[in-house]
Amino acid sequence: MITLHVNGTAHQIDAPPETPLLWALREWVGLTGTKYGCGIAQCGACSVHIDGQVMRSCQLPIGDLGQVKITTIEGLSPDASHPVQRAWLAHEVPQCGYCQSGQIMAAVSLLASTPKPTDAQIDEAMTNICRCGTYGRIRAAIHAAAGEG
Amino acid sequence: MNQISARLGRRLFTTSLVAGALTLGLRLPPARAASGAPVPAGASELGLWVIVQQDDTVIVRIARSEMGQGTLTGLAQLVADEMDADWAHIRTELLDTTDNYNARHAWGDMATNGSRGIRTSQDYVRRGGATARAMLIQAAAQSWGVPSEECSAANSVVTHGKTGRTSRYGELAAEAAQLAVPTTVALKTQAQWTLIGKPVKRLDTRPKLDGSHVFGLDVQLPGLLCAAIAQCPVFGGKLKSFDATAVRAMPGVRHVLQVDEQSVAVVADKFYFAKTALAALPIVWEEGEHAQVSSATIAAELAQGLSAKDAAIGNQKGDVDAAFAAAARVIEADYATPFLNHATLEPMNATALYTEAAAGARVELWIGTQNSDDALLTAATAAGIKPDAVKINRVNLGGGFGRRNRIDVPRLATLIARQLPGIPVKMIFTREEDMQHCYFRPVTQGRMRAALDADGRVTALAARISGQSVLATTRPQALKNGTDPTAFEGLEAAPFGYKSIPSLRIDYAMRNTHVPVGTWRGVNANQNAFFTESFIDEIAHATGRDPLALRRDLLADSPKHLAVLNAAAERAGYGRPLPQGRFHGVAQFSSYDSFTAAVAEIELSATGEITIHRITAAIDCGYAVNPDQINAQIEGSFVYGLGAALFSENTIENGRIAQSNFHDYPVMRLASAPKKVDSIIMPSGGFWGGVGEPTIAVAAPAVLNAIHAASGKRIRSLPVKDQLSHQA
Ligand code: FES
Ligand code: FES
Repeated sequence: MITLHVNGTAHQIDAPPETPLLWALREWVGLTGTKYGCGIAQCGACSVHIDGQVMRSCQLPIGDLGQVKITTIEGLSPDASHPVQRAWLAHEVPQCGYCQSGQIMAAVSLLASTPKPTDAQIDEAMTNICRCGTYGRIRAAIHAAAGEG
Repeated sequence: MNQISARLGRRLFTTSLVAGALTLGLRLPPARAASGAPVPAGASELGLWVIVQQDDTVIVRIARSEMGQGTLTGLAQLVADEMDADWAHIRTELLDTTDNYNARHAWGDMATNGSRGIRTSQDYVRRGGATARAMLIQAAAQSWGVPSEECSAANSVVTHGKTGRTSRYGELAAEAAQLAVPTTVALKTQAQWTLIGKPVKRLDTRPKLDGSHVFGLDVQLPGLLCAAIAQCPVFGGKLKSFDATAVRAMPGVRHVLQVDEQSVAVVADKFYFAKTALAALPIVWEEGEHAQVSSATIAAELAQGLSAKDAAIGNQKGDVDAAFAAAARVIEADYATPFLNHATLEPMNATALYTEAAAGARVELWIGTQNSDDALLTAATAAGIKPDAVKINRVNLGGGFGRRNRIDVPRLATLIARQLPGIPVKMIFTREEDMQHCYFRPVTQGRMRAALDADGRVTALAARISGQSVLATTRPQALKNGTDPTAFEGLEAAPFGYKSIPSLRIDYAMRNTHVPVGTWRGVNANQNAFFTESFIDEIAHATGRDPLALRRDLLADSPKHLAVLNAAAERAGYGRPLPQGRFHGVAQFSSYDSFTAAVAEIELSATGEITIHRITAAIDCGYAVNPDQINAQIEGSFVYGLGAALFSENTIENGRIAQSNFHDYPVMRLASAPKKVDSIIMPSGGFWGGVGEPTIAVAAPAVLNAIHAASGKRIRSLPVKDQLSHQA
């Protein structure tokens, strides 16, 4: 049994230690807001926070995680009220929405370390794939959320 | 006929219904309308499209699929506007595919492709809204004992002007549902629209912000198992053997199954276990006759098609051969585009449950599909049952772009479930499987030739398209005289704008490969616009003309094309000085009944890195239902189209796709995306054009023409990739 601390709750997981966190979250904990897009740390759909830092969960074996605090999109706020979620709503960022859990987690992490990011800093931090092409609105929403903070 | 359709046959369908062209001249007896679709307790169905609850909630039935393109919101706007419903109390409900099948498609075609979601359903869904409104007004008028003509409706309230009496839709609905559904209803004029044309917020954003939006991949059911599938990597090859014993003891593994002639699946408690075991499964493929095919052999076949005698004519006028014979100068250029995977971010998947009972077997599917009509029929065929024994649960699509039109996924999921009666099985393609097994954008080459007179005027244009046919894969029965008329998309006589060119011949040499191809956002308009709009630029440079000025001349008889071109050029400041190092490129094209143009403003670094500073795009789609969603579709089209043009390609090695994931199939990311997309939505009225696809056609040529302006380098083979990197 491996213990994962997800969104403030400890979960006992009966999965092999090499299981990537992505699948542990989706298939053992039952939190499906974190998405599978590539499985090789390319797309960012699986982004979560590990002790507040954005990471791609498809490349994190749960056996290596120890006592870290994991935050998923479901744990970001109880009611989609996080400033980044509000900015996403105001700018109507999502199209299909599949990438947006990961995009939001990446943006929250960026703003935590860089409260007023420049366009260049956004370019560097926001490397998640969106096939629907919402990048322009992601950029605008990050600037808006930064203005709020 | 089962009970529901028999009832409908008597009550609703006294006029004939042609698939896809629903006539709303329905004559109903003065009893409660009952379409066969479910109605919540206490709520009332008013015609086919609308349900009104006592609390004034208006539920709009949605037949088409929402895959991110905003159609769900747009369709609801159309209905709510004609109904004069209060937008704050609008909800939507996805129509059940089996109900529609049983009602002989009373709700029309559910397939959502070809940018048709709104433009081909706008008439009958608006009539649906107007029908509900008429019934509510009549109910109010009767209760007040006044003529209907004295009553008006707004914001879900009926008002009798003379007395000032009012009644809410929620109060009237039950009475209204008792009335005969009117046979004819008048639609509003454009001037009367209150919601159509307004950038109202999407109805489906909230659950996309907190992870609660349920995509196919997220379906959870009691007793659910998961399947990972491997199909023969060489298309057309077969599964020869596999050694199940090697993986049976691995964690979570329940079954190892042959799915069909070319695929095998591992079914396990968790998808993680299924894919891990599948990766360890020894499989022997019988690769078949195509194992030696490569991109080079395909390119050689297509190149042969460029000069082949035999080709199907798609658009012709004047005497092209005479014009070339008399030409003072001939310009010629060849172009090429690769296979492309859609790479929806949510990989292909479907969940299927096959159950056996005394009354016969049934299949239930949970699938994000662009085409639930076809998914229904496919599951029925795969399970060997009648279509009305299939239920489709339409879950959200993590992108579509044409990929989710195809029926491979519902077929494979049903074939797996059929072997495991009573157990729901979620089949997921790994990204690697998804990359290898797609219905790719077809590989295509183009040979463009122009005849010029002594003054450099274009006297003839000849275009030869050589490439694979989408229809030959997806709907071979739709081929005409053995060829594919859709190959000419955007170059047919109607949409082709360069009408001032005196003679013209556009023809197509169909060259099919063993690789399955399909509809990829914008379909053949992508290649055709790349060929044509690059070549018009080449003519301009060869004759010393400005590319915009030349287009204006050649479009002189095409006012709608010209209008979008001029609008984009003006907004972009075309011709005015740009900041140092920046260059403009321009393109125009018409497809899906819309007119589009774009001006790209780009910069190339010394090492050939491109920065797309600004895209200015104009679209005339006739009527604009939701301008902000049109903006979003334009923004997305440029990202999708430019990612393909700059970075992406699928190549064939040893008969199979050489790429496996996003590391070797790069797509556009935020840093490489246009810094700004400035859209001009200029609906000129009188027609309903598409929105999801038309602008993608101009994305690549506008940027490629700008690259030429910046570097003198003409890119004739896509993607650009490292073709500019020797610039340093
Ligand atoms: S699924 Fe983890 S980065 Fe793509
Ligand atoms: S919104 Fe569809 S992938 Fe980003």
